[in-house]
Amino acid sequence: MRAGAAWVRVRREKDLDGIDALVLPGGESTTISKGLARVGLYEPLESFVQSGRPVLGTCAGAVLLAREVENRPVRSLGAIDVVAIRNAYGTQVDSFSAIADADGRYPGLECVFIRAPRLRDPGSEVEVLARVDGWPVFVRQANVMATTFHPELTEDLRIHRTLIEQISV
Amino acid sequence: MANKKSNAKGGGNAQSFEIKVGLAEMLKGGVIMDVTNPDQAKIAEDSGAAAVMALERVPSDIRRDGGVARMCSIEVIEGIQRMVSIPVMAKVRIGHFAEARILEALGVDFIDESEVLTPADDAHHVSKSDFRSPFVCGARDLGEALRRISEGAAMIRTKGEAGSGNIVEAVRHLRSVIGQMRSLTACLPEELPAQAKEMRAPLDLVEQVAKTGRLPVPNFAAGGIATPADAALCMSLGAEAVFVGSGIFKSDDPAVRARAIVRATTHWDEPEEVLAACRGLGNAMEGIEMETLAEHERMANRGW
Repeated sequence: MRAGAAWVRVRREKDLDGIDALVLPGGESTTISKGLARVGLYEPLESFVQSGRPVLGTCAGAVLLAREVENRPVRSLGAIDVVAIRNAYGTQVDSFSAIADADGRYPGLECVFIRAPRLRDPGSEVEVLARVDGWPVFVRQANVMATTFHPELTEDLRIHRTLIEQISV
Repeated sequence: MANKKSNAKGGGNAQSFEIKVGLAEMLKGGVIMDVTNPDQAKIAEDSGAAAVMALERVPSDIRRDGGVARMCSIEVIEGIQRMVSIPVMAKVRIGHFAEARILEALGVDFIDESEVLTPADDAHHVSKSDFRSPFVCGARDLGEALRRISEGAAMIRTKGEAGSGNIVEAVRHLRSVIGQMRSLTACLPEELPAQAKEMRAPLDLVEQVAKTGRLPVPNFAAGGIATPADAALCMSLGAEAVFVGSGIFKSDDPAVRARAIVRATTHWDEPEEVLAACRGLGNAMEGIEMETLAEHERMANRGW
C-alpha cells in the first residue's frame, strides 16, 4: 500500500487471520454481496467488525457497512448507524470528483465518486468527518469508517493514514 | 488544420480520464456478460456478474445469420437498465460516434466500440476523449491497444475471436500485449522512438509502458471464453477480468455456467475452486476451429 502498510487479499475466512485492519474496497455492491454469501464471509466479517479492529469501507464497502441499504438493498453488516442509498447520483456519466466542504476535518480533500452511494440519517454515535455539498462522505462509528468516494484513486493518502493510525490505539 | 471544428464529439462535457478509468478499476476480478434481453441480464446479475453488455444478437448468432450488426435497440437497453443495478455496457460500431452519442445520452455506463458489430468507418475510430461515457476497445497487440488509449479508451480487452467458443485467439492477443510490454521495459530510452514507429503507437504512451511495464488502463480478456477453465486461463495469463459473450447463453444451462465462470474468475489461482466450478455444467457452446474461418469472417481483423 502506498501509505506504507503491508497488505493481503481476503477471499475467504482464513485470510482474516493475523490481520490488523480491514479495507472493504469499492466495486459493485450486488456483485460483492453475492460473492460474500457464496464463500460464507458475512459472519467472519461481522466478527471482525465486532473484534474492535479498524475497518474502512469505500464506496460499495460503505454500502456493506451501513445499518440499512436503499435502492435495491443488499445484505449489509450494520456496523455504522446510517442509511446508504445505492447509485444515488446516477450512472457512470454522472460520476464526478469534488473537493470536501471546507469546514470539515479534511480541507482540500479530493473525493472521486464512481456510481457512488449517498449516506443519510447518521445516528448519534456516528461522527461525520467530511462532507461534500452538505452530504456526509466520510463517517466513523467506533472502529469502523466509511467513505462514499474512492480515496485510492487520488494521491491524497490521508484517509488510509487515518486507518493505519487506528491500529492498536 | 488543428483549429477546424469537429462534429465527432459527445453530447455533454467530457469527463476526466481518471473517473472513466475508475469504473474500469472497479470491474477488475469480475465477469462481464453479453445479454440480449432483461431476463438474461437478471440471470447474469444473480450469478455474480460485475456488469452486463447489451447487444441485439450474441456474436455466434451474428456470425451465423450475417447481415449488418448495429447498436442494440434502445428499448432493450432501457429494459436491461431497469432490470439490474450492476453497470450496463453496450456496443457501438467502430467509428460510429452518432451511435455512441445516443448511448451516452441514455446514460450507459460503458461503451464498447466493438469489432463484433459491422464497422461504420474503415479508417477512423471514435474520438473517445470527447465523451462523458468511458469506452472499452479491443486490441490484438500492444500497438493497437495504445492507439485506442490515445483516442481515449479507458479499458482495453483482447479481441480474441468473438462467437467462436475458441480461446486460442484471446490467448494469442493476451500474450502479445503482455509480452510486448515486457520487452519494452528492457529497451533503452533511445530505442523507444523506433519501437513506437514499429508498433504505430504514440511515443509518450510507449515511454510510459516502458517505465511501468503495464497499460495505463485495465487490461481485460474477451473473445472465445466458453468454460470456467478458459476464464481461469485468461486470468492466469495476466487478464484483470473477463468478458463472456456467446459462451453463457449459447450453453445448455446459462445460469449454472454463468455462476461457474464467475467462481473460476474470482478463484483462478485455486485449482480446487476451478475444479468445483467445472462440475455439473452440461455442454458448452459448440466451438469453431480457426482454420475453418476465412480471413473475411474473422471479426478480430476489424479495427485500424
